[in-house]
Amino acid sequence: MNSWIGKQRNLLDFTLSSLSRRRGKTLGMLAVYTSIVFVLASVMLFSHAIRREAAIVLVKSPEVLVQRMVAGRHDLIPARYLDAIRGIRGVQSVEGRLWGYLFDPSAAANYTLMVPASPRIEPGKVIIGDAVARARSAEPGDLMSFRAHDGTLVQFKVDGAIGRESALVSADLFLVSETDFRRLFGIPEGLFTDLAVSVRNPREVGKIAEKIDAALPDTRIVLRDEILRTYESVFDWREGMLLVLLAGAILAFAIFSWEKASGLSAEEKREIGILKAVGWETGDVIRLKMLEGLVVSLSAFLLGYLLAYAHVFHLGAGLFEPALKGWAVMYPKYRLTPFVDELQVATLFFFTVFPYTVATVVPIWRAAIIDPDQVMR
Amino acid sequence: MIRLTDVRKAFNQGRENEFWALKGIDLSVEAGKVTVFRGPSGSGKTTLLTLVGCLARPTSGRVRLKDRDISGLPERFLTDIRRSTFGFVFQQFNLLKGITAIENVMIPAYPLGIDRTELSRRAHALLERLDIAPKARSNAEWLSGGEAQRVAIARALINDPEVVIADEPTANLDSERSKQFLDIVETLKESGKTVLMTSHDPLVCETAVVDRVVSLRDGQLVERGG
Ligand SMILES: Nc1ncnc2c1ncn2[C@@H]1O[C@H](COP(=O)(O)OP(=O)(O)OP(=O)(O)O)[C@@H](O)[C@H]1O
Ligand SMILES: [Mg+2]
Repeated sequence: MNSWIGKQRNLLDFTLSSLSRRRGKTLGMLAVYTSIVFVLASVMLFSHAIRREAAIVLVKSPEVLVQRMVAGRHDLIPARYLDAIRGIRGVQSVEGRLWGYLFDPSAAANYTLMVPASPRIEPGKVIIGDAVARARSAEPGDLMSFRAHDGTLVQFKVDGAIGRESALVSADLFLVSETDFRRLFGIPEGLFTDLAVSVRNPREVGKIAEKIDAALPDTRIVLRDEILRTYESVFDWREGMLLVLLAGAILAFAIFSWEKASGLSAEEKREIGILKAVGWETGDVIRLKMLEGLVVSLSAFLLGYLLAYAHVFHLGAGLFEPALKGWAVMYPKYRLTPFVDELQVATLFFFTVFPYTVATVVPIWRAAIIDPDQVMR
Repeated sequence: MIRLTDVRKAFNQGRENEFWALKGIDLSVEAGKVTVFRGPSGSGKTTLLTLVGCLARPTSGRVRLKDRDISGLPERFLTDIRRSTFGFVFQQFNLLKGITAIENVMIPAYPLGIDRTELSRRAHALLERLDIAPKARSNAEWLSGGEAQRVAIARALINDPEVVIADEPTANLDSERSKQFLDIVETLKESGKTVLMTSHDPLVCETAVVDRVVSLRDGQLVERGG
């Protein structure tokens, strides 16, 4: 047993030294491999994280949204619409929502202002998202003041910060009381930003929407399912595009690794012959080469994955901006919540480490089973 | 110690370019002696060494090592025997490039799982004995011919084999270095090793340390000396 461990250690040592003596080839291989893992992992992490964010957004959004349109533009909606909708059969509840955007000159940032239904926030207090807290380095108890629509100052005392459940939902939130909201923007009582309707039976959503539309012709009705479908198709399309690129990359990689790994140089064949001649078994030689492949592919995998993680979650997936950030129009600034899916990691691992190791071992196998007497020539 | 009976070796058997490199060799090699095979180029000297050293199997006939028939053994066993019984010094030395001399010396012992510090101690002792210790950390490709050969000899000795096999050991050396090599052979013999080598070199065949010269021609023995 002890000698078994000693043997593996010796093999590993020798593996490392033979990798280092082919430094150029090893580093080149490592670089190509790492960048492929990096791209693959970035796409996976990014699309997964963003889907998750979207799911969180959607769970929280109401089934039916009613907005009032004036001259083709979204306008404030009067409270009497509430009663009209409440009267429609199948509607469970209607709520007027108040929300908007607030530019904070001192942080040069846009916040999303909302009046939450619960918990109720007392006038003069505010609960902020963590991006806001970071932008202003604000802590509970601090005071923040803003100029209202009429130039007067409105002051808020920070009551607390929201944890990072989802960057898209909560990072830039600024939750205030109804009174403060109205004062800040000069919106009189009886007007809301839009109405959130929940229905008793989800299957009736379509029919209820039609009824609202008939009763209140100057409104636009947005269904959660529609948003969902839009998101999905946007994702699918972009992902599809990326997948085509990826398939190309993987193919290139497969060819590359096959070339590199399978094209055993005469020198390598000679070395295998020498090892066998001096008493290595075929199995030892194959184990050695497999270890070489594993060391390269494992380090490339780890390195590529870590780089991708940093890229997606700390650098805002900068490299994908052109391809994926149509999103950013909706959510001007965000940092995705780190999220790693084990299955995804396993998949990526399998599709990168495994083929490379096999590609290394197959030709070695062929070379290693030939008779060692060739080295005498 | 080693006994060959009617050993034949064919290359590319059954094909158009079939070639019989050995055509019925009967030979026995005593333990602790130095035996030299000589003969014209292509006479089958190297082929004979590969059969004795378990690098290849005869097409027909028997190879016996200490009364054990090894000609029919599967590859795995041959490897075992090769590792424990034989040490090889190849004509081109066949050191692995890019790694140090001492690492080259240790390679044959890796599969045995010997502790690394013990192993490197042993390798150092061998390099010391062969007067090449200062070059232990040099890369193999920087060594001169004579140095490379001594490293190759150290590698052949690392697993303490009973038999040392050397193919054309002096072909790449000047006469000074060749003498030095024969001195090493002498010390090997003194320490009880059996030495088998091939050579064209009259200097080698006529040295006192050589106990027996076996001549080959066209794959057959033309025995002399003794
Ligand atoms: N793998 C092989 N395939 C075909 N023919 C071979 C093979 N190996 C050796 N031979 C032939 O077998 C014959 C004997 O070769 P061997 O290398 O044993 O000769 P040698 O006596 O060592 O010659 P030299 O003194 O030149 O080294 C040669 O004619 C050679 O061409
Ligand atoms: Mg020869």
